[in-house]
Amino acid sequence: MTNNLLNELTFFVLAVFVGIEVISKVPTILHTPLMSGTNAIHGIILVGAIVIAAGANSPVTIILGLVAVTLATTNVIGGFVVTDRMLEMFKGRQQAKPSQTIPSKTT
Amino acid sequence: MSTAIAIAYLVAAVLFILGLKQLSSPKGARNGNFTAAVGMVIALLATLPLLHFTTAGVVIILIGVVIGTAVGAVGARMVKMTAIPQMVALFNGVGGGAAALVAVAELLTFGVHPSFSEAFPSVFSIVIGSISFAGSMIAFAKLQELMTGTPITYPGQQIVNGLLAAAIIGFAIAVLAVASVPFSFLALMLLALVLGVAFVLPIGGADMPVVISLLNAFTGLAVAASGFTLNNFALIVAGTLVGASGSLLTKLMSDAMGRSLTNVLFGAFGQIQASATAAGGVSGRSVRAGNAEDLATLLAYSQRVIIVPGYGLAVAQAQHAARELAELLEKRGVEVTYAIHPVAGRMPGHMNVLLAEANVPYEQLKEMDDVNDEFKNADVALIVGANDVVNPSARNSPGSPIYGMPILNADQAKNIIFMKRSMRPGFAGIDNELMYGPNTVMFFGDAKDSLTKLVNAVKAA
Repeated sequence: MTNNLLNELTFFVLAVFVGIEVISKVPTILHTPLMSGTNAIHGIILVGAIVIAAGANSPVTIILGLVAVTLATTNVIGGFVVTDRMLEMFKGRQQAKPSQTIPSKTT
Repeated sequence: MSTAIAIAYLVAAVLFILGLKQLSSPKGARNGNFTAAVGMVIALLATLPLLHFTTAGVVIILIGVVIGTAVGAVGARMVKMTAIPQMVALFNGVGGGAAALVAVAELLTFGVHPSFSEAFPSVFSIVIGSISFAGSMIAFAKLQELMTGTPITYPGQQIVNGLLAAAIIGFAIAVLAVASVPFSFLALMLLALVLGVAFVLPIGGADMPVVISLLNAFTGLAVAASGFTLNNFALIVAGTLVGASGSLLTKLMSDAMGRSLTNVLFGAFGQIQASATAAGGVSGRSVRAGNAEDLATLLAYSQRVIIVPGYGLAVAQAQHAARELAELLEKRGVEVTYAIHPVAGRMPGHMNVLLAEANVPYEQLKEMDDVNDEFKNADVALIVGANDVVNPSARNSPGSPIYGMPILNADQAKNIIFMKRSMRPGFAGIDNELMYGPNTVMFFGDAKDSLTKLVNAVKAA
């Protein structure tokens, strides 16, 4: 087993624990936005897709690279945008409180 | 890997972790998403200087990024709030597909006898990524109602799925042991795609959020495996983070529904369906239907009203009408609260989001555990487009597919107004005996129209 592989395994194991620990206190109302947010993060596969597409030189690798980059970009962009739209809705609640006091001042 | 790139990847990893942390608390959730996006941009930019581009490579990357950005941005912007769960499924599926393709491309470069430590993660990524892709597409189709949302089952289904899984494992071992002929990856991929479809078919539409969350974790693991193949630190860490947090989230989601994950995945609603309809036998009974004026009078002269919103409210975009009715009643001295079931709607938190959008005061929203004891003191439980979450058979009939799911005790209220488009059963596909109860009045129609009628009638009352 190479040093490199050992390093990678270490990252892997530590990331498992961090991943579990970091979201362990999420409230029910955030389950879906959190799912959608993590969904955007695994769009990091775009890095991998660009790596394989960059050196494409045969018809097979060109097709594989093109499809992989397209799919991965859709994952990243769509994932972050749709999560933002969901969370945008939560903002309404925080603004609701000030907006209730403002009319009472103006009227 | 140069030092600069390694440090950039480290920064990206830290931003992902901070982003996840913020995403799991209501205060910082939106910033968390932004933090993670910044991490993504850093990881992407850091990767570019490392690469030697061929002309074809530059062209396909540009084309791919432009198409992907257009599809992703337009899709995510245009989608209606009610359709967001299936959109998440779709974006998850394409990510899984990308992970599988990256692994295929990398495996092709390894030659005839790749070392085990290179080939194993590739094969893993191909299989898991393909399952995630195909499963997500079925989840999308079910939620989008391109196909039936009810479970599709046939005798011996579990055995067939088991055999498929065994075939994949056998094939994977063969690929690892023998050679890397392109054909063998294709076959492996095809088998995994079939398993992805077969795995999601027997799961009912109501359980789809849990399945999507599980497939999301799968994609994370596939991405991490691709990271091992490419020796890319960013992929390994980000993919593993998603795989781990996604697995925990899947468990939390099924806990919120009061079911075990095994029950969601393999319980196949359908297997007990037959006994439920036989035992239930409620079809054919008659219901009471009310008119707006009578119901408005009932509401206006109540002391306590609890509104139970559900998917019907979301579909009809009736949240503003609901708030209007609640405000009107409050002016008349009626105490109004909203009872929020954790899985009302089609995604956890769905109702909170919609009602927050309509500026319903946060204090009026009550979680299931806080409100359940209040139903017996309520004069009216006003059910707006909810169904399965108030179905008493979850409590009473062990043969029911939803038996054991925690429900709102709407049946304990003195009067129940059940607003519904039709007598059609809910998402779980089962009848609701509450509709036939002696204290229940049905009020048929689109939730928004019905609420508006009630608003006008209360004004007149």
